Amino acid sequence: MELIFERSRPGRGTDLLPPLDVPECPVPEEFARKNAPRLPEIGESDLSRHYQALARRAFGVCDGFYPLGSCTMKYNPKLGEDMAALPGFTGIHPLQPAHTIRGCQLAMAQTEYALARITGMDRVTLQPAAGAHGEFTGLLLIKAYHVHRGDTGRTVILVPDSAHGTNPASATMAGFTVRNIPSTAEGLVDLEALKAACGPDTAGLMLTNPNTVGLFERDILAITKIVHEAGGLVYYDGANLNAIMGVARPGDMGFDVCHLNLHKTFATPHGGGGPGSGPVGCKEFLAPFMPGSALCGNGGEHSIGQVRAFHANFLVVVKALTYLMRLGNSRVAEAAQGAVLNANYLKHKLEEAGYTAAFPGLCMHEFVLTLEGLKKETGVSALDVAKAMLDDGIHPPTMYFPLIVHEALMFEPTETEAPETLDRAAEVLADILRRAKEDPEALHAAPHSTVVGRPDETAAARHPVVRYTFPEG
Amino acid sequence: MNIPNELQYTRSHEWLLVEDGVAAVGLTDFAQDALGDIVFVNLPQPGDEVNAGEAFGDVESVKAVSDVISPVSGVVLEINEELVDNPALVNEDPYGAWLIKVEQITGKEELLDAGAYEAHCAEEG
Repeated sequence: MELIFERSRPGRGTDLLPPLDVPECPVPEEFARKNAPRLPEIGESDLSRHYQALARRAFGVCDGFYPLGSCTMKYNPKLGEDMAALPGFTGIHPLQPAHTIRGCQLAMAQTEYALARITGMDRVTLQPAAGAHGEFTGLLLIKAYHVHRGDTGRTVILVPDSAHGTNPASATMAGFTVRNIPSTAEGLVDLEALKAACGPDTAGLMLTNPNTVGLFERDILAITKIVHEAGGLVYYDGANLNAIMGVARPGDMGFDVCHLNLHKTFATPHGGGGPGSGPVGCKEFLAPFMPGSALCGNGGEHSIGQVRAFHANFLVVVKALTYLMRLGNSRVAEAAQGAVLNANYLKHKLEEAGYTAAFPGLCMHEFVLTLEGLKKETGVSALDVAKAMLDDGIHPPTMYFPLIVHEALMFEPTETEAPETLDRAAEVLADILRRAKEDPEALHAAPHSTVVGRPDETAAARHPVVRYTFPEG
Repeated sequence: MNIPNELQYTRSHEWLLVEDGVAAVGLTDFAQDALGDIVFVNLPQPGDEVNAGEAFGDVESVKAVSDVISPVSGVVLEINEELVDNPALVNEDPYGAWLIKVEQITGKEELLDAGAYEAHCAEEG
């Protein structure tokens, strides 16, 4: 497929930009570029076809099953897009007088209130732009709390060995040292190891619940108690809230601060359809340190300051509020229950088909298979199975994560999939398992039907080519 | 799997060679094989302190990012700049591609000889 630069012809263009209707304001001479930018010149019809062709090569939730574990790729209702496109939400400017944007402020306040109720927290800020940004913000709150009390020796954040990589990264960014807590053979936090790791240098513990292998930390009350008794705070990573929202609340489990991913749990688009949004909630005693928000103005008395310009990714908040209001109180819990039911249904079907779960028994909203046995027996790896799924129009699950499981495949079907979709996915995977045993070589060559099959990931990572080189150099 | 007799090893799969008071540290053949193709190596600066049993850098493969643990305490004398441009050397020649050299050594982790390390690798399978 030609690149947009290769389709460029001098002199062609579009009328996408309206004519200038305000006085021209020239850029000062010293900042003005000497040569015209080398932007592609292309007619509107060719431009449209170019992006349509790219879109046909992409795969989204609207194309098929997308059980990417740990990412909560649920279907996002189109109603959210309709609401976010309302002129009252789109035709505003962050610097216009507050009394002219009361409706937008109300939407933000309602969202903050709903999220506070769902998480069991007292305050919520909508500022953070994504999950990791929320983690960073929450850790700054923990830091500000300890520093404000003069307890400056608390420099260590504890993180389970199954955690998302963003947890240690955010803790390091916030100036903490990270200490790993091992998991038990059952995949849960090792309480004895946690006790041994806690001490006067403990600033806090970061935890997801359900955790990263899809299991509910049933000792959660003991876990938060151990950390609190050591003088630390407990951070809830909201990555997996989809499993418990409306059913159990991090605030009731002893967590002091949390973030949520609106782009996962609350049905707003991920990635290219984003941007994301990672609101942070906290208990009342941390409120003085919070960044500003629609509810509490410019932040608390000892605020860590703004973490994002103006009102952050506001239209994402509108979509999340739409989702919550459409569901209503009772059906928020139904969504979580559906996610857990679907995950257990698919897990059971795959175990019946001969796959091995990394951890037996009931799971929450996601589960992890280990293909270590299959790889030893046939040479077919988790990667081969994932690639083979592409030929059947299914997006692969998350591979090789969490790191504590060898040859891991992590499935999160979400609540928005019908039983027939799960049945078909189970059939496809059963067939792949049969083929792995009969003809492993063929599976090493999969996929056969996609435009890109097995890119050279090593070369791409070692020698990334991320810009177009013009032929004239 | 290649486990040279003249080196010492850690349980976290680093090798150590001490000559004239300077310790060269690298990743073992087992480690590079388990990690897969290494695409990025993150090393400290010369003059930085390293502590036995603590991470001094990390390596990124197509599978994961992993800490590299220092077998000794001391001060970084030199880092292998070549690996920054060509991390594949760790895969191609793990015992030639040292990561850092450490001087002013004040302490060591519990180290294994080649035989004990081979047994340790067999256990980890």
